[in-house]
Amino acid sequence: MKSLGSIRRDFAPWNDPNAKPYIRFEDVTKRFGDFTAVNNLSLTIYEREFFALLGASGCGKSTLLRMLAGFEQPTSGRILLDGENLAGIPPYRRPVNMMFQSYALFPHMTVEKNIAFGLKQEGMPKADIEKRVTEMLKLVKLEPFAKRKPHQLSGGQRQRVALARSVAKRPKVLLLDEPLGALDKKLREETQFELMDLQQELGLTFVVVTHDQEEAMTMADRIAIMDKGEVMQVATPAEVYEAPSSRFVANFVGNVNMFEGKVAERTDKTATITGSTGAQIVVENAGEAKAGADVAFAIRPEKIKVSSAKPEGSVNALEGEVYDIAYLGDMTVYHVRLTDGQIVRAQSMNAARVSDDPLTWNDRAWVSFRPDAGVVLMQ
Amino acid sequence: MAGATLSAPTTANGAAAAQATQQPTSFTGKLVIIIPYTFLLVFFLVPFFIVFKISLSQVAIAMPPYTPALDFSGGISGVFSQLKELSFDNYVFLTEDPLYFNAYVTSVIVAGISTLLTLLVGYPIAYGMSRAPATLRPTLLMLVILPFWTSFLIRVYAWIGILKPEGLLNQLLLSTGIISEPLIILNTYTAIFIGIVYSYLPFMVLPLYSALEKMDYSLIEAAQDLGCPPITAFWKITFPLSLPGVLAGCLLVFIPAVGEFVIPDLLGGSQTLMIGRTLWNEFNANRDWPVSSAVAVLLLLVLIIPIVIFQHAQARAQEQGR
Repeated sequence: MKSLGSIRRDFAPWNDPNAKPYIRFEDVTKRFGDFTAVNNLSLTIYEREFFALLGASGCGKSTLLRMLAGFEQPTSGRILLDGENLAGIPPYRRPVNMMFQSYALFPHMTVEKNIAFGLKQEGMPKADIEKRVTEMLKLVKLEPFAKRKPHQLSGGQRQRVALARSVAKRPKVLLLDEPLGALDKKLREETQFELMDLQQELGLTFVVVTHDQEEAMTMADRIAIMDKGEVMQVATPAEVYEAPSSRFVANFVGNVNMFEGKVAERTDKTATITGSTGAQIVVENAGEAKAGADVAFAIRPEKIKVSSAKPEGSVNALEGEVYDIAYLGDMTVYHVRLTDGQIVRAQSMNAARVSDDPLTWNDRAWVSFRPDAGVVLMQ
Repeated sequence: MAGATLSAPTTANGAAAAQATQQPTSFTGKLVIIIPYTFLLVFFLVPFFIVFKISLSQVAIAMPPYTPALDFSGGISGVFSQLKELSFDNYVFLTEDPLYFNAYVTSVIVAGISTLLTLLVGYPIAYGMSRAPATLRPTLLMLVILPFWTSFLIRVYAWIGILKPEGLLNQLLLSTGIISEPLIILNTYTAIFIGIVYSYLPFMVLPLYSALEKMDYSLIEAAQDLGCPPITAFWKITFPLSLPGVLAGCLLVFIPAVGEFVIPDLLGGSQTLMIGRTLWNEFNANRDWPVSSAVAVLLLLVLIIPIVIFQHAQARAQEQGR
């Protein structure tokens, strides 16, 4: 496992200008009647990448996956896999396999036969099929259940059969449609790590569709955030969280506080933003924002400090009143109502058992953050 | 006849299942079971035993036309002596005259071929219906059932008008120049096949449709994804999963088709030999009630075998939880 970790750490082909993209969506549009499911979308995925398509239902992520599998044809644009245009290639001739959200296990076949199905179709010799099936059963730890039928298995076991069946053919790309959606929370968390290990072990390219951001953050090398048939941002989980490219992404992934305002002053490094009520904050990471531009400053709750007295030497400190407190054990969430009425969410880790600056409902409080703690968003 | 035999075991099975699962002890619980059993006893078993008893009698020029007629005037000993006169002679007679054996075999073969043809015609219809847009399905289902609004007999008569030498079909084919002489279809086995396939098609389509409609389409996609062209996917996934529907449809067609009388009589003419017609002739033309009763009892036995197979398959499917 150690070696797998080190492979993962150095894996960033998207930063390498010489890296060859494995899957390319080029200006792909898909319409169903009047409805545009995917709108002029371009995307590259690299070999051995664990890529997640994240978005709310109806954002076009499943359509994208189904176009890759061959169940839907793009209305316009093209999809390339390993340099080959996939247009016109039917699903049964594509070197990709899919794990279905419903698992789609064949109810009239045993676990063994389900896993062997694709291999038989390929015309693999019988002895090799047996060997591969045994190997797959071992991989997903289902050896004792080989002779069972799908309806005699638990949800988690079925999920494993579906997984084994879809990787048995060693596809170039494995497509996973909400692979953990039907599992309960605990099992889902365990399976996330198992999927990551499996992907490393087999060296396959995984494209996973999910609406669960935690799942995407845990497993994926890169995440594409989708909305209304368009990709809003493609980046690593850390980038998506710490440097969202738009208000939509910032809101979609995790919790965020947004300060809407205008850039009042701009230096090389910093920008001063004036809110609608006149409150001023000084921030870094202002990017291209020029003076006078309408922007939003997005900051995550855990990067905001709450204190009963005005913190000394802090550039950004806003006064307010504690409106709500939620104690969650490992951390405490404060909702502070600022003097201008905006409610700020702040989170602090409960590193000590007893806080040295106890705050309670309706206390005067100051929220403060460093200039580089958030990002300025123009979109 | 065939209708009664088909519905009877199904009801019995349902009642037995209720008893096994619920073990009703209250009076109403028992009543639920008693009603269907009483119905079966009065309207199926008692008539069956009357027919069976007649089949053991001898033909006579009397009223009723067999002997011994059950006469209770002689007391219990009188009835007993009458029962002594009963014999299996009529059954022996059925085995001696090849007419009856041939009629049975022909009926089974005709019913078998018709069932197969109905399946071949009905499967694509059911498949098409199950893949039609969900909003269209109730209409299609209605269209399948629609012919039942017209009397079965009238619809079979209509086929005479279509199939006869100067009928609609021949007129059409002659006028378009496809044939130069009228086809002889009426009064052949072909006409019987056409009649049975037409009349029993809904009984094939409905169970097939219900089996195909509940199938998850993602299974087909999964099969294609794993390398099956659509036709292979059909034979490996769709067809095996629709087998309960195929079996139900085939039995619903085969069982009544074996005993079918109207279609062979109206469309098959005098040369075709089927057991339903033979039975009719024995009963009406020959007025030989005992032999026709024996024919009926044997027909029931011929039909019970597929019914038992059907029941067995149903029970097994239920056990599998689907």
